[in-house]
Amino acid sequence: MRKALPAAIPFLVVTLALEWLVRAGFVPAFLVPPPSAVLQTMIHDWPELFAALLKTSAGAVIGFALSAIGGIAFAVFLSSSRAIQRAFYPYAVFFQTVPIIAIAPLLVIWFGYGMRTVVASAFIASIFPVIANTLSGILSTDPALRDLFRLYGATSSATLWKLRIPAAMPQILTGLRIAGGLAVIGAIVGEFIGGQGLGSVVDIARTQQRTDKVFAAVLLASVLGLALFGFINIVSRLALRRWHASEQN
Amino acid sequence: MTEAGVALRLQNIRRTFGDLTVIDNLSLDIAAGEFLAILGPSGCGKSTLLRIVAGLTPPDSGTLQITPPDLRFQNAFVFQEAHLLPWRTVLENAALPLELMGVDAAERTARARATLAEVGLADAESLYPAQLSGGMRMRVSLARALVTKPRLLLLDEPFAALDEITRFRLDVRLRDLWIERGMTVIFVTHSITEAAFLADRAVVLTRRGCGIKLDRRLDLPRARDNDLRLSPQLAVEMQALLGAMEEEG
Repeated sequence: MRKALPAAIPFLVVTLALEWLVRAGFVPAFLVPPPSAVLQTMIHDWPELFAALLKTSAGAVIGFALSAIGGIAFAVFLSSSRAIQRAFYPYAVFFQTVPIIAIAPLLVIWFGYGMRTVVASAFIASIFPVIANTLSGILSTDPALRDLFRLYGATSSATLWKLRIPAAMPQILTGLRIAGGLAVIGAIVGEFIGGQGLGSVVDIARTQQRTDKVFAAVLLASVLGLALFGFINIVSRLALRRWHASEQN
Repeated sequence: MTEAGVALRLQNIRRTFGDLTVIDNLSLDIAAGEFLAILGPSGCGKSTLLRIVAGLTPPDSGTLQITPPDLRFQNAFVFQEAHLLPWRTVLENAALPLELMGVDAAERTARARATLAEVGLADAESLYPAQLSGGMRMRVSLARALVTKPRLLLLDEPFAALDEITRFRLDVRLRDLWIERGMTVIFVTHSITEAAFLADRAVVLTRRGCGIKLDRRLDLPRARDNDLRLSPQLAVEMQALLGAMEEEG
């Protein structure tokens, strides 16, 4: 509770300030809804919003899980030789640079209307930081330790599981932290075009000029992003607290 | 059980890195069970020589003959810093070489415990490296090297980063371990004091490793303790080594 307090104060201050600005007439309510109206919408439309939140969560979490597994596996593959890196890394960068909103219509054509498109969108949006961070972690493994493993005839799979992956763990977790937020964005973009969830709620509410509902959905989306972030932080704490400076004291 | 040390014969060893010749036409015989210190100005290729002996760096030309030959894992290497796996406990770190060699869990734990006791770390087995002092970490590193009962122990300026008192203690411990085990030890250092205190034979390499400036058998007692450090005998040996080092400047 004491840890949440510093973050809660700015939220309360901004919320109250916004309420006052709208009520006092400085900002028109159709541009920015007063927070009290957003809260009312949240309560009134809760069944619809909650169902949408669950759908978006499923899409984002599955997409995130796929990019965690796929990204780490691909980075391990890339780390096996310089030649392989040169041959395949540019295609990984493609995932980073492609504007997800531009290819989302293609995803609908390929995967149809629904969850599969949302998952694909979340996956594409979030895989690159996992690849990039894992690769950099694996490649910066202490050369002396690599020598040590060689000296005792370690197999390449022993070197991978007992040295390279654990040594890269701090960077892998950094990649996953970034990927968590991006997966939520990817899922919502996917829903804009071809799915149901918070993204489609936002899209419909926008056409109806319901800024209050847009805000309510966006608020839930950011709660989802925070939850994913918090989950990865817990994993990170458990994995690193014994040995890595980032998780000590 | 003590294992007899190996004998080594290096003939016309040459090693270059790009345009830079680090070792050229170097020949050296090392008797079984000898404690040899290799000294030389920085950049003279002494670390490279040690890596060649360990099999970590291949020579460009020349031969290295080890007698008896073809015993797998008879070498152990201690680096300039401890280079432990920070996510493993002291015990798991000390057992690592046995684990990589495929020794079963019960036996490697027992042997790692026994070796940790030999370096004075019996009480620290469940700690993580981050909880240890620099001297303790180096002891774990030494235990990790000794756990396989190597017949050839190679040390590359292992205690250089430690404070003097810790270094003095570890010097004495290393000398005792050598007497107990009868292994061959090659110790690379830039410290004249340490070379003279530890070794039975000291070799000073010429600048650029093109030859041997001085090859001296040290006339000092077999068992050594810190009282020796202020003795005139040690001063005589240090002076001889210093003279050779200064000429190489």
